[in-house]
Amino acid sequence: MSEIVIKTDKLTKRFGDFIAANEITFKVNKGEIFGFLGANGAGKTTAMRMLCGLSIPSSGQATIAGFDVYKQTEQIKKNIGYMSQKFSLYEDLTVLENINFFGGIYGLTDKELKTKSAQLIDQLGLQLQAKKLVASLPLGWKQKLSFSVAVLHEPKIVFLDEPTGGVDPVTRRQFWDLIYDAADRGVTIFVTTHYMDEAEYCNRISIMVDGVIKALDTPRNLKDTFHANNMDEVFYELARSAKRSE
Amino acid sequence: MEAVNVKNLVKIYGKDKTAVDDISFSVNQGEIFGLIGPDGAGKTSIFRVLTTLLLPDGGSATVDGFDVVKDYKQIRSRVGYMPGKFSLYQDLSVEENLNFFATIFNTTIAENYHLIKDIYVQLEPFKNRRAGQLSGGMKQKLALCCALIHKPVVLFLDEPTTGVDPVSRKEFWEILQQLKEQNITIVVSTPYMDEANRCDRIAMIQSGQLLSVDTPANIIKSYPEQLYAIKANNMHALLKILHEYNQVKSSYAFGEFAHISFKEPKFNPDQAVTYLETKGLQDIELIKTEVTIEDCFIKLL
Repeated sequence: MSEIVIKTDKLTKRFGDFIAANEITFKVNKGEIFGFLGANGAGKTTAMRMLCGLSIPSSGQATIAGFDVYKQTEQIKKNIGYMSQKFSLYEDLTVLENINFFGGIYGLTDKELKTKSAQLIDQLGLQLQAKKLVASLPLGWKQKLSFSVAVLHEPKIVFLDEPTGGVDPVTRRQFWDLIYDAADRGVTIFVTTHYMDEAEYCNRISIMVDGVIKALDTPRNLKDTFHANNMDEVFYELARSAKRSE
Repeated sequence: MEAVNVKNLVKIYGKDKTAVDDISFSVNQGEIFGLIGPDGAGKTSIFRVLTTLLLPDGGSATVDGFDVVKDYKQIRSRVGYMPGKFSLYQDLSVEENLNFFATIFNTTIAENYHLIKDIYVQLEPFKNRRAGQLSGGMKQKLALCCALIHKPVVLFLDEPTTGVDPVSRKEFWEILQQLKEQNITIVVSTPYMDEANRCDRIAMIQSGQLLSVDTPANIIKSYPEQLYAIKANNMHALLKILHEYNQVKSSYAFGEFAHISFKEPKFNPDQAVTYLETKGLQDIELIKTEVTIEDCFIKLL
């Protein structure tokens, strides 16, 4: 039995009368690539914020890396990494400064930072760009760097919110190579995406519709269940019945 | 006459940041023309030059026969523009925004209502809501209505579907198809390769340069090799092994499968299966597959 790193039980968030996330229950294993899909407004961001310790649930239970989402939000934040398309790096700091800044925030010592930043720059082939402003990097490079920074402190789980939006098809695939490598090292990946081919790269996926998890399984099983040829068709089948949008 | 004509267009920011590098293409009247490329390709700069919001640094362009530099006033009254970023007035209501745009173009909502009717009926229940309070999908629809209310000759849509889920994206493309039938020329950009098939013709752009302009069908037809789809019990291992396999010309993940092509046109793919089995992979499935626009784009990069 593999270790469970995310566990939720009827996790719910209400905003007034509006139930953004409605009794969502699921488990994610260590080292798993878990795709968290849903239409705009289905409640993905709300759910993700609760899992990251940024928003206190209205009811239900959840533990992240063994820590409780009500009482241990600070421990959760230390044990996870996070990146999104919207928030990633500081544009007016250099590559090296960004690595040091985020590494420092995540609690790495100066000594660790020195070796880790050198390793990272080497691994990404950014030797020539290390002292350049992040603003001067192409988007794809920023996203790869941003991911690497989010896992620099070797978190148990990394949350990725549409990490590949707008990225070219080659860089998108290089990005997924980084995800696979991290998963091989035992980092659990929790990722949202609007690219249905990327859903196929996940070990398991959940599809949220109007605040509820409508389906959760491996891509293979979901396609069988819905008699679909690809994930696009599965998604369409489930999400077209959605009543609310954002 | 062509609806849009772009000739050797150049746009440089600062000293040496070339956003648009000698790009030429033309758009026929009544066509849906797609600018396909990732973020930073130069799509927005092209839109801004064509809508007269930015002066080119080289080359020329016309819209509906008017020059983007000399005749900017004529162009502004003839085009509709929906920028990538939501830019309506957040604290005006849905109806006020629409009224505002109709008024500055010297028209009324009633005059061109037929153009927006199908979209606007979905917004009507919220017509008194402030635009800032709308959902993402609704904002997008309102922005489209505002870009259409003066009955433009050419409609410019900059990444209208970015960050939008697959279901809403399909709906949006159906709306564009209806507008095309009303004889509005549409120039639309998108980072989603699968949307290219919805366009009559596309221009594929990367780093300010034009990779190819043609119909999606012709671009696909010009793909030089037989493409295969392959899968096995472990995708990550499969990709690594294919990457090092000397018979393989290109290989990359493509949803459930990896797409591969071989160096030798006469190569027997059964050999590849045998090879992969010796490397410890199981449940290998290798089939001929059809080329998609995304394959063509990857090939051109």
